[in-house]
Amino acid sequence: MTESFAVPQIVIEVIYLVASALFILSLRWMSSPVTARRGILAGEIGMLLAIGGTLLHHGIVDYKWIAIALVLGTIIGVPLGKVAMTAVPQRTAVSHAFGALCVTLVGTAEYYLQAPNVPPFTMAVLGMEVILGSLTFTGSLMAAGKLQEILPQRPLTYKGQNFVNLSLLAIAIGLAVYLVIHPEAKFLFPFIVGIPLLFGVSMVIPIGGADMPTVISLLNAYAGLSAAAMGFVLNSKLLIIAGALDGSSGFILSVIMSKAMNRSFTNVIFGAFGQVQAAAGEAGEAKQARSATAEEAAAILSAANKVVIVPGYGMAVAQAQHKVRELFDALSKRGVDVKFAIHPVAGRMPGHMNVLLAEADIPYDRLLDMDEINGDFPQTDVTLVIGANDVTNPAARTDASSPIFGMPILDVDKSRTVMVIKRGMSPGFAGIDNPLYYLDKTLMLFGDAKGFVGNIVRELGGGQG
Amino acid sequence: MSGNLLDNLFIFMLAGFIGFEVIRRVSPLLHTPLMSLTNALDAIAVVGAIVLAGEHKTTMAAVLGTIAVVAATSNIVGGFLITDRMLKMFKSTRGTGKS
Repeated sequence: MTESFAVPQIVIEVIYLVASALFILSLRWMSSPVTARRGILAGEIGMLLAIGGTLLHHGIVDYKWIAIALVLGTIIGVPLGKVAMTAVPQRTAVSHAFGALCVTLVGTAEYYLQAPNVPPFTMAVLGMEVILGSLTFTGSLMAAGKLQEILPQRPLTYKGQNFVNLSLLAIAIGLAVYLVIHPEAKFLFPFIVGIPLLFGVSMVIPIGGADMPTVISLLNAYAGLSAAAMGFVLNSKLLIIAGALDGSSGFILSVIMSKAMNRSFTNVIFGAFGQVQAAAGEAGEAKQARSATAEEAAAILSAANKVVIVPGYGMAVAQAQHKVRELFDALSKRGVDVKFAIHPVAGRMPGHMNVLLAEADIPYDRLLDMDEINGDFPQTDVTLVIGANDVTNPAARTDASSPIFGMPILDVDKSRTVMVIKRGMSPGFAGIDNPLYYLDKTLMLFGDAKGFVGNIVRELGGGQG
Repeated sequence: MSGNLLDNLFIFMLAGFIGFEVIRRVSPLLHTPLMSLTNALDAIAVVGAIVLAGEHKTTMAAVLGTIAVVAATSNIVGGFLITDRMLKMFKSTRGTGKS
């Protein structure tokens, strides 16, 4: 019955060609918020064409399971597309896991279909596909667990951890190499799936919350590379292109993130932060921080001409973005120039703060990147830090003994007055004390970010109306 | 076979460079939607899974392929949906945010 619908292979290939072009355009249009939604449309059309073209494939004899799977996938996908904006980092991690799962399953099926006659090159990329795929699968699930706080966000370390991790990876690669030479050794294949699954878990265990932006980006790159490897196995140019695009995107983001933390990939993965906490606690005792009330803060803010707000993960946790929008409105109405300074690693994934502030309807031309805003701080009257810590720590510039020394930071200490909304004096995720809090120009506003910003807004409203 | 392999390596290399150049231009403002979009595009792996599920060469291949189609489809649907939701929120002061 399907034979009568048989479409020449060349037609399907042309459809794939068009889809590939649409994918590239889709990413091209993401360069600006003005054209970005057109980019989605291009991506969607490309995807529909590719799936439609594939359904015409002459080898397909049974559409029942495909239809069920497409429906089921849609049922799972819709709620994943509707999660709250604050849950976007864990959603992204989950979708990396799904992508990797798909690739791993297809790779496994291909091996058993072709074994024992797997050509060496096919076996090599197949090995790469399932190793990258399975470590990305469990690694992403672990990252999602940490982001959702089902698992502890603190790095969990033990002695010899790096040795164990590297050995696991080395064994998996060794077995894959053996399979390239002896593809008939079917009993070994489950190990090159299983061992990387373990490695994915043990790789993410020692990684702390603050390093999540780099880890998510790296997992993104792995997911892309494994899909490209799958393209080589299936001889699908469309898949190679999509995988290469995704892989380079993840790679670029990883580079940006690790540069923004002044750390190398290897340092993020093998050098868990957090061991410094003990030493940091004592140093703070002798110094005095000044605190202020919402009323005082409101008075200072309304007297300012230029205000910069620095949001961090604390704003996301307190879901304070809508209150921040009210503050932005109240100050703008009084003629105060309000801008937002976004550090590349603020939050838990690349661009996290931008999405939250956009959700609260703050115009995107008010959101400035670290490089764009750093020159403005000396002319800024008041900088208000909301739930950000390490990215404002001047020790990164001045104190060579600090663990974050050399990390590019927002130069908030150069503005005339600094106000920091914080729950207490506890150090941030990196466990490092912040000398910013003890400067004469700094006022600490102790309290929950959402509540405190709300109080400031009330004071501003009550003052002059 | 080796001709195919070389062709594919060339395509991989070129696509990698294009990806690098195109994505370097994406504003840091849009890094989160960029990641969810590339995630949805990456789920094009569904084409391989569909063929496995439909060809029905062995039961194991069909079962694995079917699960893979479910996983990839949820990424496609969820990925495009959330990217669009995020981008709808980005508005400029001049109101040019909408396309």
